[in-house]
Formats: sequence, C-alpha cells, structure tokens
Amino acid sequence: MKRRKLAVISGGLAQPSSTRLLADRLAMAAEQALAELDVETEIDMLDLRDYARGMTNMLVTGFADERLGAAIKEVVESDGLITVTPIFNASYSGLFKIFFDVLEPGVLAGKPVVIAATAGSPRHSLALEHAVRPLFSHMRALVVPTAVFAASEDWGSGTSAEQALSERIDRAAGEFARWVAAEDRPSRLDPYEDVTSFEDLLDS
Amino acid sequence: MQFGVFSVGDVTPDPKTGRVPTEAERIKAMVAVALKTEEIGLDVFATGEHHNPPFVPSSPTTMLGYLAARTERIILSTATTLITTNDPVKIAEDFAMLQHLADGRVDLMMGRGNTGPVYPWFGKDIRDGIPLAIENYHLLHRLWREDVVDWEGKYRTPLQSFTSTPRPLDGIPPFVWHGSIRSPEIAEQAAYYGDGFFANNIFWPKEHFIRLIDLYRRRFEHYGHGGADQAMVGLGGQVFIRKNSQDAVREFRPYFDHAPVYGYGPTLEEFTEQTPLTVGSPQQVIEKTLKFRDYFGDYQRQLFLMDHAGLPLSTVLEQLEMLGGEVVPVLRKEFDSLRPTHVPEGPTHAGLKAVAEGRALVEAVEPN
Repeated sequence: MKRRKLAVISGGLAQPSSTRLLADRLAMAAEQALAELDVETEIDMLDLRDYARGMTNMLVTGFADERLGAAIKEVVESDGLITVTPIFNASYSGLFKIFFDVLEPGVLAGKPVVIAATAGSPRHSLALEHAVRPLFSHMRALVVPTAVFAASEDWGSGTSAEQALSERIDRAAGEFARWVAAEDRPSRLDPYEDVTSFEDLLDS
Repeated sequence: MQFGVFSVGDVTPDPKTGRVPTEAERIKAMVAVALKTEEIGLDVFATGEHHNPPFVPSSPTTMLGYLAARTERIILSTATTLITTNDPVKIAEDFAMLQHLADGRVDLMMGRGNTGPVYPWFGKDIRDGIPLAIENYHLLHRLWREDVVDWEGKYRTPLQSFTSTPRPLDGIPPFVWHGSIRSPEIAEQAAYYGDGFFANNIFWPKEHFIRLIDLYRRRFEHYGHGGADQAMVGLGGQVFIRKNSQDAVREFRPYFDHAPVYGYGPTLEEFTEQTPLTVGSPQQVIEKTLKFRDYFGDYQRQLFLMDHAGLPLSTVLEQLEMLGGEVVPVLRKEFDSLRPTHVPEGPTHAGLKAVAEGRALVEAVEPN
C-alpha cells in the first residue's frame, strides 16, 4: 500500500470557523478518495491563526520561529496540499497570503493543491479563480481544476446548494487524489548536503 | 582567539530622545568606537560598507587608513567589503595600500550586499550576486598573488599585462573572510580557497549557521587545506551588558523595539531566546558566548555588534568598557584553554608571514 502525506491549511480566524469546517470536509474526502486508490494517508492540519504572530515576525526578521518552522516543513514535505481561505475584500485573506509569502521560492513547484474558500455571500465565489488560482499557478503548483467555494447558505439549508457543495468537494478530492497517488514526489535537493562544487561555480 | 567589534554605521534616531546624529557625528563615533576597541584590549575593528542612507561608511579604506594612524595594535577589517559592486582591481589596490600603511594590520571580509537598488548604481544586477562574487574574487585572489595578470571575464574590462600596485606587504596578501547569511555557495567558495568563513550570527537562529559552517568545514578539508576543525571560522554576536540583567533589559528594550531590521517584530524576550543576542549581566554574556563553541566548534574570531540602533556614543563606550573589562578576558582564557593545539589561532600578518617563510624554507631544502 502506498503512503502519502497531506497538509491542510485553514486560514479561518474564528473558532469554530466555517473555513476550518470546509478544510475538514475536504481532508476527509481526499482521504477517502485516496483510500479507494489504495493509498494510505497521513494528514496534518494547520490553522494559520495559531501562527499569526510567528508569520508577521518572520516578515520582519526573515526567519521562522520553531513552531512556524515545523509547520512550514510539514507543508513543504507534503505530497499534496489542501488550502482554504476566507474571502476578504474580493481576495484571499491577508493572513493566508503571508503564509505563502514566507515560503522559500519553488517549494510548491509540482505539488498538487486543492483551492477552496468560504464567504458570507456566493457573490465572492469567483475570487477563487481570480485571486487564489493565480497565486498557486505563480508558485508553479498543480492546482486541481475544481475549486471549492462555500457561502453561508451552503451549510445545512437542506437545499440543492448543500448537495452541490458535497458534489464539488468530492469532485475536487477525486481530482486531487489521482494526482497525489500518481507518482512519488522527487525528494528535494539539500543545498547543504549536495554541494555544487566550486569548479562548477567558477565555470558557470 | 581574536575578539573585536564590527560596526554597521547606521544613522538611527535615538528612540528615547528622537535625536538623529549628523553624519559627521556618526563617522566620528565610529572612530571613537574603534579607538576604544584598542584601548580595552580587543583585537579587531571592522567597518561595514554601504552606499545608501541611513548608513555612513561608504569608503572603508579611508576610515581604516585614518585608524591605522591612530592605533598601534588592532587589526583593521571590514564587515563587509562588497565584492559584487566594487571593482576587484580597486579592492586589490586599496587594501594593499592600507596594508603597507598599517604595517600589515589589515584583513577584510567579502560580502555581496543585499540591497537591490545598490547594484544598478554600480552597473550591476543583484540577480548576478553569486556569479559576481565568484568571478570578482577569483580575479582579486590572482591580483594579489601574480605580479602580472592577463584576465578576461564576464563582468569587467579584460586585463592585459596588468600589475596591481602596491604589491601586498611582504608578498603576503591580506587574509580574507567570506561572509554569508544564507548562501551555501559562499561557504563553498571560502572552503575552496582555504580562506576564512564568517557567519554574521546576529539576526537568525544558530541552527541555520551551524549548517553553513559545517558545510564550510567539510569542504575546507575536502580541498586539502587541513582538517575540518582547522578551518578559519569567525562569528558575529550582539550584546547589551549591565551589571544587573534587569537593568540591561530595561535600558535596551526601547532600542530593540525600534531597531532597524528586527524592530516592531518579535519581542526582546523572543529574539534573545531564538538568536545569539544577549541582553544581561557580564556572566550571561560569557555563558551564551561560550556556547557558540559547542555549536560551531573551536573558532578564531568573535566580533560583537555594539554601536547601532541609535544607542548614544556614551552608552556604547560604557558597553565597550564592560565588554573589555569583564567579558572578553574570561572568554579569552576559556576559549584558549579549550582549543586543541592543532587548531590555528586567528589570522595575523605575522602569522601568515611565518607560514610562508616556513614553506619557502621547506621548498629550498627539498626542491621538487
């Protein structure tokens, strides 16, 4: 049985948070979809609010404190990433963006990513396509085609909207699972262990 | 073990009074710090090089030349000399000249500079930072070792039959450190030439610098310059000392909270826990600095950042008195007693000259 590590990032600020709720739904759906492909998963959940000060400190100092450093490591070493942000002012939240701003360049390249968002009104739904998808495309991640958006009315109104949310979650999880299961990620080179020799540096 | 002070030369308002020193005051304050460095028995003064406000030291050899005349004992150095945007020919000339004037009391530290706009002011591009550092230093290294140089590279006019003058004092080029905060390539470069490697060690947690220094030591041995534990390592450090540690914290906090670089970010307590900064009693500074040896191995040079963040000169001079009076003598004794005999001491002109003469003697007796 193959094994895969998933990291789930929730940018929700409240507790409890609908953003976290959506993150949990997506994580469960991904786990199930991967199980159907005979893949065992290990899931690491990150609530960005718990790292809020660490992240702003890192913007100023350039280094991560121990907790944030460990969280970043989980994300970088994951085989796939599920991300959920609240939509603020027609885009991802500032806190959500900071997390990706403090990552080293290139660390998400080739990594399958689910993008998802919550908001109070369905009129914000295209922020996923206008703001969140370009962010991850810029970071050269593999963003799954289905983006998952949930407005207040998608939670428990017992209507077709709710049904549609479950379908979107399952569709995104299915797309994600196929990419995550498909191939072993090449391990990243460690520049401190795999040194470029000075002769090569001189010649280049 | 060599101890010294390195100065960034920032012009920062004193957060307690709001007063901003003039450039003239700041430059003279750097001189006063350097003179005090010698007076209190330390070994090295190093100046930064910057080409943008709020920094004053744009012309390091001018300042160091002046200091050469005002001091007798300390090594005059840099932290850092910009190997990317300076012409390596001019570095070769300036520092060889300084070496003669200072009777050999000169070494220097190569750095790339991390301020993007500075590069184009000197016709360069920050994205070429590493290749510039590599090509320019390769030329500088040759200019000090070969009397006549023919050279062609990517980043400057070719040279035909060029002799850099004056030649290094006694034929011994100034010792070179390579400083880097985050580039394994620079640790590799220092190792290749058998030069020193300096980890600024101020702003980031030790774990990061441990990886860089381990890489440098391993590769120093790989290139045949000696054992990994014989590589030449220098470290930065940052301290604020008062007899009573609560007084140190109370007095330094406003300077920390408003400091350029880390101000308005982590708390003083977080930063002292996460980085080598020590704010406390002489004993606390001694204990934390002695730990550097556990993390990085026996090393040759310890530089402290003392005059920055708007601290008034009078406070800085008091700080230096305490550093020289109560901290460094203990550290010197401890470090020297712990260092195995096969690990070299810090580089000096006399030491390098003795090694060169020894080598020449061996070659005369056993010609290959």
